[in-house]
Amino acid sequence: MTLELIFFLILSLIAIATALGMLLSRNAIYSALFLVLNFITIAVFYLLLGAPFIAMAQVTVYAGAIMVLFLFVIMLLGAESISGEFNWRKIIFPGSLALILAVESAYLLVARARPAGEVVPPDAAVNTITNLRDLGEALFNQYLLPFEVTSILLLVAMVGAIVLIRKERRVYQ
Amino acid sequence: MVPINYYIILSAILFTIGALGVLIRRNALIIFMSVELMLNAANLAIVAFGSILKSFSGQIFVFFVISVAAAEVAVGLALIVEIFKSKRSIDVDQMSSLKG
Repeated sequence: MTLELIFFLILSLIAIATALGMLLSRNAIYSALFLVLNFITIAVFYLLLGAPFIAMAQVTVYAGAIMVLFLFVIMLLGAESISGEFNWRKIIFPGSLALILAVESAYLLVARARPAGEVVPPDAAVNTITNLRDLGEALFNQYLLPFEVTSILLLVAMVGAIVLIRKERRVYQ
Repeated sequence: MVPINYYIILSAILFTIGALGVLIRRNALIIFMSVELMLNAANLAIVAFGSILKSFSGQIFVFFVISVAAAEVAVGLALIVEIFKSKRSIDVDQMSSLKG
């Protein structure tokens, strides 16, 4: 068992434990904090897979921006423990559905994956800086149009959020 | 060397936990967080596949998924705040005004 495999197993234990903590904790704030930990663990997985840019984007966008927005809304609504109750009898039907989903998806994905596939670790021969430069070149040459469309999407989402939240002022004549 | 199957199985487990969260929790915010967890599980699988194919396309696709998720969260949380303002609750079982 190599060092990388041990590292992977410990990290995946942390990821699954924090996901379960998010699912089961009664306080929404604790759920959000567990989810932050889970996102950071996934960022470390991206580093293991040799994708440093995605790892940093994961930390800043997901664990930073998105989860801060979540925490902000939870505290704004005072929704820490709203309807946190669930009884364990209700879990049987969704639980069995989820078990079927897990088995089927794992079976299909593993059966379709390449048989002798091993993930290449970011070895010393591959320079990370070059890796990042290639990524940027691909992003701004081959994928330039989707990149611009994404900026329009973000603008529309911003306008939509402002319009939804805005207090409606009736104009009386 | 970690076999890719391990990453895929981990991704499937995380996705299933997210789906279970959507099914059993009634708090709209927790359901939304579970959706984010499912997105992340899919992203992990995409990056693993991209890494095995030695292609940047997987990473770039995940980059787009992250930005779309940011847009989705902004609009979704605005909707949840609006629902809370009108109903004083974010329990999804109580959002049944359209039921005949």
